Amino acid sequence: MKNSKLKGWLYLLPAIIFLGIFMVYPLVDVFVYAFQEGFNFASQTYKGVGWFNFDYVLRDPYFLQAVKNTFILVIITVPVSTGLALLISLGLNSIKPLKNLFQTVYFLPYVTNTLAVGLVFMILFKKTAYTDGLVNLIINWFGSESIDFIDGPYWAKMFVMCFYTVWVVMPFKILILTSALASVKQDYYNAAKIDGTSKGRIFRRITLPMISPMIFYLVITGFIGAFKAYSDEVAIFGTDLNVAGMNTIVGYVYDMLYGDSGGYPSYASAAALILFVIVLTITVINLMVSRKNVHY
Amino acid sequence: MTAQNKQVTQDDLTRIEQRARVKRVTGKSLTYLFLTVWGLLVLFPFYWMILTSVKSYSAYNAEYTPKFWTAAPTLANYKAAFTTVPLAKYFLNTLIFTVATTAVMLIVVTLAAFAFSRLEFKGKNLVFTLFLALMMIPNELVIITNFVTITNWGMRNTFWGLILPSVTSVFYIYLLKENFAQIPDELYKAAKVDGCSDFKYLTKVMIPISAPTLVTVIILKVIECWNSYVWPRLITDDPNYYLVSNGIQEIREHGFGRQNIPAMMAAVVVISVPLIILFLIFHKKIMAGVSRGGTKG
Repeated sequence: MKNSKLKGWLYLLPAIIFLGIFMVYPLVDVFVYAFQEGFNFASQTYKGVGWFNFDYVLRDPYFLQAVKNTFILVIITVPVSTGLALLISLGLNSIKPLKNLFQTVYFLPYVTNTLAVGLVFMILFKKTAYTDGLVNLIINWFGSESIDFIDGPYWAKMFVMCFYTVWVVMPFKILILTSALASVKQDYYNAAKIDGTSKGRIFRRITLPMISPMIFYLVITGFIGAFKAYSDEVAIFGTDLNVAGMNTIVGYVYDMLYGDSGGYPSYASAAALILFVIVLTITVINLMVSRKNVHY
Repeated sequence: MTAQNKQVTQDDLTRIEQRARVKRVTGKSLTYLFLTVWGLLVLFPFYWMILTSVKSYSAYNAEYTPKFWTAAPTLANYKAAFTTVPLAKYFLNTLIFTVATTAVMLIVVTLAAFAFSRLEFKGKNLVFTLFLALMMIPNELVIITNFVTITNWGMRNTFWGLILPSVTSVFYIYLLKENFAQIPDELYKAAKVDGCSDFKYLTKVMIPISAPTLVTVIILKVIECWNSYVWPRLITDDPNYYLVSNGIQEIREHGFGRQNIPAMMAAVVVISVPLIILFLIFHKKIMAGVSRGGTKG
């Protein structure tokens, strides 16, 4: 029997080694970095222990800009994408012909490379000396002036960022909501129909409560995902997000670690921990709200 | 009740029915219109990238007002994409990275799932709980130290440096373990009686039975690998080891010159095509797999 005990650990060994080196150790280490003051990457020395790194990060205008951008992105894209996905899923669920085709098409963005398609979005929105771009063409049809969405005013850049983020996250949300809607028992609807219940009431009293766990699941994962936004922004505005004024918190972490302004794992760690605390707080709030409103 | 009265009721009924039908048809049409609009919004970027990729450089730059159609499609941009920038190299790198990462991960994950579902040993449940707890750790927290670790190991700009940190996934271990656990005990006991070793049982019985789940895991991992950007960007600065995501960023910033957008779009089409083909073949499987456990955004 002793032999078989050992065998269990043997089978687990590769996973434990990899998780140990690349998950557990870094988790401890990130705190070490964050609280070591004046860490020098070249000589591997530090001056003391304390809150200096957090203090530095929280005063860094680039970080504050990144926090602002991230919060605006989250507050806009999470409700918009969830609401839109709900509308689309309701539409999908009410039709029969072409339903599968629509579903397949809607899922397409999920399997595409965000960096690659982001480039297409950039070209659609960008205004250059040669062309105002397609989006501006459409704006001109409605009689408005062209806007530079990529290098122009802040709100225009924010609009592109939100638009692309929504486009990218929709497939997952539509998929989840469509299957949630399909799993609501037909009996409830039939009963309501016999009672002559209006459509709006059926939606509010049957559909919404039945799919509320999935909606909250999407809201929670949506918040977490949006707080970690980074590659979509790189795709549209290029690698130097600070210059574009469009950096996100995760972007700030990577910039501190690597690149032209990099080489500061301490600041990167402090920023990553701040992000973690923000995400954790929001998730806990979400869970508390869902306790009250979700019907399981 | 008079005959006239009856007549009126009948008339009313038809009118009500008609009105309901009109309402239903309008509702349906509006639904289809709305769904079509979103479908076009999803497809349009793909159309635009293919269209732009077959426009010639001079034709594209002559269009101050973008045209929705081109009369003279050309493949010159695809040639440029493969000759001016090392697109084939990026492609090959991504292929190696994807295949190697997925293969190593499958081995690690399958062994662990087997231990959790089939073998008995002390501390199993504790270890499993700890594994599950790791699922909550965001990548951003651990990537900083991983970057330092790989740098210290001298593995920057190597395939090992790219691959090693992403060969375990607690989520896939969990998914496979659940699947393995559904295989009846009797099968295991019968195999034991026949003198089958644990390892042989795993490879000859459990893996074939769980093939559908394994395929789902493989597909999800391949998508993840093909699109990964952040880690490769941190760990490679030698274009010889760029993956497609980093390649496209490099092409955008230094490749064809900023204005050669048709050539850029050709590169974008080339790197998007493999996953789109994969999706068209396996779309049912991919969508089922993602709704079981994928997240993005």
